[in-house]
Amino acid sequence: MVAAARIKIAVDDVSYSYEGKAALSNITFDIEANAITVLFGPAGGGKSTMLRLINRLNDLVEDTHLSGTISVDDEDVYAPGMDVAALRRRVGMVFALPLPLPGTIRENVLYGPRLTGSRDRMLLEETLARSLRQAALWDEVKDRLEQPANALSGGQQQRLCIARSLALEPEVLLLDEPTSGLDPISTGKVEASLAELKENYTVVIVPHSIQQAARVADYAAFLLMGELIEFRPGGEIFVNPTDQRTHDYVTGRFG
Amino acid sequence: MEREQVQRVGFVLLGLLALVVVLPILFVVGTIVVKGISAINVEFLLALPRDGMKTGGIFPAIVGTILLTLGTAAVAIPVGVGGAVYLAEYARDTRLTRAIRLAIINLAGIPSVVYGLFGLGLFVLFLKFGTSILAGSLTLAIMTLPIIISTSEEALRTVPSEFRTVNASLGGTRWQGIHNVVLPQALPGMITGVILGLLRAAGETAPILFTVAAFYLPRLPESVFDQTMALPYHLFVISTQVPGMPLEIQFGTALVLLTLVLSMNVLASIMRSYFRKRRQW
Repeated sequence: MVAAARIKIAVDDVSYSYEGKAALSNITFDIEANAITVLFGPAGGGKSTMLRLINRLNDLVEDTHLSGTISVDDEDVYAPGMDVAALRRRVGMVFALPLPLPGTIRENVLYGPRLTGSRDRMLLEETLARSLRQAALWDEVKDRLEQPANALSGGQQQRLCIARSLALEPEVLLLDEPTSGLDPISTGKVEASLAELKENYTVVIVPHSIQQAARVADYAAFLLMGELIEFRPGGEIFVNPTDQRTHDYVTGRFG
Repeated sequence: MEREQVQRVGFVLLGLLALVVVLPILFVVGTIVVKGISAINVEFLLALPRDGMKTGGIFPAIVGTILLTLGTAAVAIPVGVGGAVYLAEYARDTRLTRAIRLAIINLAGIPSVVYGLFGLGLFVLFLKFGTSILAGSLTLAIMTLPIIISTSEEALRTVPSEFRTVNASLGGTRWQGIHNVVLPQALPGMITGVILGLLRAAGETAPILFTVAAFYLPRLPESVFDQTMALPYHLFVISTQVPGMPLEIQFGTALVLLTLVLSMNVLASIMRSYFRKRRQW
């Protein structure tokens, strides 16, 4: 862990409800730059919701209410006049299921850069290769970049989606159970690429299992029924949880 | 044993019912082709009518129907597709949008002659377009809109919402998502809707009766403010209003109309399968 820790994302007293039902209550924690922060807990705890609030993807949902503040680099992401598209370019996201867009592998990776009007071929080629390398996919697809993205295997598709996010050179990467549909070998590859990614990115991940949480976490937040029960460095929370509920969950009493 | 017999009887019954649907179509098409084919020749297709329409050709009516269909398309496609995109992609579920949807459903059920009278009142008389291609195209377009809007909206809704989420997560605006991902994927379904609507417009008689159709006008229209002959109305006229009209010409005209409509249908199928092949999910 870095000595002079820098706060990348600050979540301050966030409560969130959807159609009148509370999804998150009074959540406060800081996410450190260049570290992997894990949000874990049983289903329905508000992990995905928390992620989607950071890049304002929940704007697409109607009938919601949010209080508290979420800031990235000390900038309130819900401030009026916030450029949401620019925020989402800085805060990339990968979803539980691999969701390649219609089109080729190349088109998928370069979708984001092209949205901003990038036309420089050299630069786009560079971005393509860099992103695919970072996602540990380059060697498998470099000879078939013009093939449809959905011809790839599930594991490859998910790494393609990671590459697609990385093509925008985001500062933060949000991953919502990125390996839930993958076999163990593909999962290993994705986790290995995560370890490299934190050199350059701030990573927030909802893991698909508690074992994965323990493997990758620098910091871990335990979310239960919309409440943040415990937030501590990863090694401590899994080995020696302070809250009884965290203890029960990590030892497999429920969940 | 008994259950299998029931099943067999069921299959036979359902098969017969399917046959009942197909037979009239075969019969109608067959009759028109057999009785009308002898009327078809270059003169019939490309000459002006003569001698009170009893000889000569139906060229002005063919041109008129093509022009009216193009005019309808020019108005109905942008408005219909635009409306569908708004309803499917932008509109929130409010009382207003629910009212709009209800209106569209009800518009689809209005008899075509009512559209004709509406066109007469609004376009021909009030807006003073006169009996003209413009008035006729606008009337047909309004009649076609509900079909285009509802099928296009349906096509847009079948595109997985995840694509829109992915677009947003990569910093795309709503419109960029629609333009880059959703519209290309919805295109086959939208084309089907557009063609279905235009087919109906091409074959209608009542809406053009008061708004554009000329009883007998042996020349080609020169502007959008001209009247024109059109195949469906011409067919109606020569079948009921002109005594002593050779049967051959009536069936020949029907055959031309049918061929025009069916070829549009085939074209639509080709376009649909072309775009569907390019769809990747």
